[in-house]
Amino acid sequence: MPHKTFFAFILPSLIAMILFIALPIVSVVVQSLYVEHPRVLVEVQNCQPFGGCTTEVRVDTAAMAELKASAPMGQFNGLGTYFNRGHLAFSEVGAILATNSGIGDIISRIYNLPFYKALAFTLVFCFVVTPLAMTLGFAIALAVNALPKMTKGPVIFFSLLPMIITPLVGSLILYWMIQPNGIIGASLQHLFNDPTLSLRQSPALTWASLLFYGVWTNAPFSFVVFYAGLQTVPGDTLESAMIDGASRWERVRYVIIPHLMPLATFVALVQLMDNFRVFEPIVGFSAEANATSLSWMIFNDLSGDSQLFGSAGATSVLTIVGVIILLTPVLIRTWRDFNHKVV
Amino acid sequence: MKFLLKTTVSLGVLCLTAGAAFADCGIEGTGSVRILGNDFEALRLVNTTAEECASGTVTVTANATAEHKNLQVPALSINPAEYTVAEVANNSIVPLLNQDLIRPLDDLVAKYGASLQPNQLIKIDGKVMAVAFMGNAQHLFYRKDILDKAGVAAPTSYEDMLAAAAKIKDAGLMEYPVAASVKPGWDLAAEFVNDYLGTGADFFAPGSAELSIDNEHGLKVLETMRAMSKFMDPDYLTFDANSIKAEYEAGKTAMMVEWGSLAGATIDDEGAAEGVVANTVLAAAPTIGGGTIPAAALWWDGFAIAKNISDEDAAASFQAMVHAISPEMVAANPAVATWLVAGYEPGPAAVGVIATANGGARAYPMQPYMGLLHTALSTELAEFMAGSEDAEQALADVKAAYDTAAKEGGYL
Repeated sequence: MPHKTFFAFILPSLIAMILFIALPIVSVVVQSLYVEHPRVLVEVQNCQPFGGCTTEVRVDTAAMAELKASAPMGQFNGLGTYFNRGHLAFSEVGAILATNSGIGDIISRIYNLPFYKALAFTLVFCFVVTPLAMTLGFAIALAVNALPKMTKGPVIFFSLLPMIITPLVGSLILYWMIQPNGIIGASLQHLFNDPTLSLRQSPALTWASLLFYGVWTNAPFSFVVFYAGLQTVPGDTLESAMIDGASRWERVRYVIIPHLMPLATFVALVQLMDNFRVFEPIVGFSAEANATSLSWMIFNDLSGDSQLFGSAGATSVLTIVGVIILLTPVLIRTWRDFNHKVV
Repeated sequence: MKFLLKTTVSLGVLCLTAGAAFADCGIEGTGSVRILGNDFEALRLVNTTAEECASGTVTVTANATAEHKNLQVPALSINPAEYTVAEVANNSIVPLLNQDLIRPLDDLVAKYGASLQPNQLIKIDGKVMAVAFMGNAQHLFYRKDILDKAGVAAPTSYEDMLAAAAKIKDAGLMEYPVAASVKPGWDLAAEFVNDYLGTGADFFAPGSAELSIDNEHGLKVLETMRAMSKFMDPDYLTFDANSIKAEYEAGKTAMMVEWGSLAGATIDDEGAAEGVVANTVLAAAPTIGGGTIPAAALWWDGFAIAKNISDEDAAASFQAMVHAISPEMVAANPAVATWLVAGYEPGPAAVGVIATANGGARAYPMQPYMGLLHTALSTELAEFMAGSEDAEQALADVKAAYDTAAKEGGYL
């Protein structure tokens, strides 16, 4: 294809990508470098139905409007927001490393910082859910592939349900089921003969339920991709393996898995990216006390009575950096494979 | 054809009768009234009453949504503003004041506000910025029958509640005698604010944004909250105001500190287990640590008028809202809320809020940086309530989180 034709071909997507992906990211990066102007505060008389009149502090809006007109972005803070306690907390971490009473103390005190607490859960979610969901998806794909043709359609439909349901709704459904009067919660109480057992009260059990939800909701994606991949496994190779006396497990291990490996890389890439942005189950499970994620931190900064755009921007940029770090090994591997094939 | 005729006639009659209803609203001139507010029964009632003012020259629309706090600043920043009326409370008026998005109402009050009482006017720096029409507070709901069986008197303080809870539990009457909305997030922070107000101490150093909760009062509040949690359902960290109302109505708990605005729905005939409603007593919020004032923030709900709209729209909006909160509306709906309007006769659901206000409870603070503190409390107290952190550490974390946010917000 001549360069000109190629360029004309991808121009619409290129424009869309710049408008809807590149520019918003640039704006978030710029936003994260600024904080609000110092507020001009004045003391004024303030009267209301309860308690009568008192002297209270107010923001001097006229003075603030002048400041805003001269510098609409706020005041430049450089990387200050990235380094403060709400994010990378360099000075706090430094203080912890300087004075501590052993490794356990260091971990518990760093875990007390909001960013690291969120990062811990985010990473655990990523690295537990991704392999488990892929394994489960692969197992379902193998099972469905072995079914008679008649039953395949309905089974595929049911297997895809977790992916079709809106994540927030899906997490709410599971959350209601694990309540003590829900079907799973009540069954567990009965099974362990412990009427006070509740999956919602301890951090470990909350994490376990969130991870379970993650596997449940992510497995269908792996299943769909692997199932499609299974249709392309060469029948000749499988047959010759059977003639050589390979068992079903050996055929899966030495024929099917190597064949699906490039697909697995692709699925891992997408799933890692998705799981790093875990958010809905935390809200759905009301798990804020025990588990937070980077996306939840952004949500928390932007909701409520006061909105911190700089802080939310900094967390967003750190999330992007995190995704890039996570994907680097997979990308390097893909790049090597690609070069290998070309040669 | 006959059907068409019938429809036309009935439509005509509808227009005539509706026109008659519009007439008593009597808005002068033309204008557009666009209301933005929270979504609960009392506000919906106010909105529908305001909609009666719609006529050939005045249009009235209302958007009642729980997301109103996220909508109001952007919606009122544009010119002309998306909404002409913002229904606000102690906390949600602050962002509008900080950004200078609402207009002084003194001239409108003088012209159209004859039915308003002086204490309804929210004055800031001598200018009326909002008009309040209802009050709200969290206060004590308790089951008289259970307390009688346990042999304890009506509790008036958190210390009484703890003693009563221990007796109820020991007597085997209830497993979890106490409930409170302490779900991490807005609810948990509100619980701390309530209790801290009850100690009589201030959140900030006078005249500055410097936080001052890291003291014996803060510790006392946290100690009480932790002690109460021992008598709560183990899932207490996932309970918000609606969940504890459900627990209470199911007869699973004997005492709860709950919103006055939910009292009506709690003591109505719907949804409660046998004997709950008949034995429910509404009382002032409990005091804390030997204090004398009820440990609960008093809230007002009111309306403010947007700045970036035409004067005609502002006048029409103000008149429609004054009609919506008229003494006649309140007289017809006394049970819906604790109204602050002239001639209001408190119903049985309002006694808790009124007792709390009469007890001298303090209003939810309106400082411009209070929202930042509320957010810091909402996330940093979670670990303390879960029991994995001590009180000193929790207060230090709140201060660190608040300082970080206040620096970013330009207050420190």
